[in-house]
Amino acid sequence: MKLRPYFLVVATLAALGLLVAPQLIISAPREASMGFVYKIFFYHVPSATMTFLGAFVCAWGSVTYLFKGSEKGDQLAVSAAELTVLFGLLTLVTGPLWARKAWGVWWQWDVRLTTTLLLWFIFIAYLFARKYGGPGSRKLAAGLALFGAADVPLIYFSVSIWRTIHPKATVITGIAKSRNGMGTPLLVAFITFTCLFLALLELRLSLERARARVDELHLEAEDAGLVS
Amino acid sequence: MTMRAIGLLLWKDVVVELRAKELVYATIFFAAVVLLVFCFAFLGGPRPTVDVAAGVLWVAIALAGTVGISRAFEREREGDTMRALLLAPVPRSALYLSKLTAISLLMLIVETVALVMVSLLFVISIGAALPMLVALLLLGTIGFAAVAALFGASLGRARSRDVLLPLLVYPIVVPVLIAGTRGTVALLVGAEPEVATFWLKFLLVFDAVFVSLGVWIFEPLVAGDA
Repeated sequence: MKLRPYFLVVATLAALGLLVAPQLIISAPREASMGFVYKIFFYHVPSATMTFLGAFVCAWGSVTYLFKGSEKGDQLAVSAAELTVLFGLLTLVTGPLWARKAWGVWWQWDVRLTTTLLLWFIFIAYLFARKYGGPGSRKLAAGLALFGAADVPLIYFSVSIWRTIHPKATVITGIAKSRNGMGTPLLVAFITFTCLFLALLELRLSLERARARVDELHLEAEDAGLVS
Repeated sequence: MTMRAIGLLLWKDVVVELRAKELVYATIFFAAVVLLVFCFAFLGGPRPTVDVAAGVLWVAIALAGTVGISRAFEREREGDTMRALLLAPVPRSALYLSKLTAISLLMLIVETVALVMVSLLFVISIGAALPMLVALLLLGTIGFAAVAALFGASLGRARSRDVLLPLLVYPIVVPVLIAGTRGTVALLVGAEPEVATFWLKFLLVFDAVFVSLGVWIFEPLVAGDA
């Protein structure tokens, strides 16, 4: 597996960040109303951001694959889709852990929660489509990624209106504004997660490149009559 | 040219269905069974609210829609006619739009029956809300069909296509289901006409986005995959 040079940089930064971030998070001040519980936020928010970043990258890769037939676009799309599912899972696990303490329930049909959940479902469907979609499944999945990306704003909008008609208090927005001493750990967490995302993306991409190369070699070997 | 092609392709689907009468009956019956299952779950105790009736209607539509669509494309696959359609000298977008229309027609027939059943079983008078309700159902159906026709056509040869189709379609059409259900509730309660109008407009936007997106990506999606 050939990794691009930047992999070492982002992987090192991610590893360092994962070492440093917990210390910073522990030493961050307690939030006035939430106390200790809010600290899951330092993992939750970057995870959520990476989920949406992954979806965006996947949609971009899918566009280049569908319209230009770019193999690299397809490799990028599938790698990013897997990361979307991974970080989406992290988001959907850390979220309810916090919500149980903050709201008293594991789940609320709040707009962000619902949108993230549906986005996650769409990308699980993407992976299913690729695995079990039969011939042409890569194109099918690419179409799904595009539809999914176009759908996210509509889901967000429809759920937010639906919830405005039946309003329920949410605490998320208040916490989002980081106060004194909370900004640095959040920034470190963000950088760490972004580096982790890039490192994993590159690892996954190199796997796809290797896979494509193996297919190529196999075809060449077949042509040369070495394998049947 | 394109309009004529859409018309011809649509006519083909209608004639095939008129002769076989397989899809309409099977899908209507499926919708009826789904509605009955809901009745066993919800009726019998205290009378359920309008919310339940609206939800039941739209869930039945979504379930019956997927069954009808997967069967419709199964028919094309069995006769290997999808390949012939793709070879036809018409724009691919005409093919997509004709399938979309055919599916919408089928679903609208099923919805008529489902609507009557819901109003009878849940004892709801539709009366004055009917024109708006028809508009809501029409726009919701087009949105649903825009997504389902695209994936139904491209799932052609997948082994597990019957499982995959709802898996791909449902998460994407959630906004349609929300808009349809909330709009129907608003209409049946009758107190909030502006809420229903809002959801109608929302469905119009959804339809515009997904029909154009479908026309745009149908060609690369099915190209070379016959």
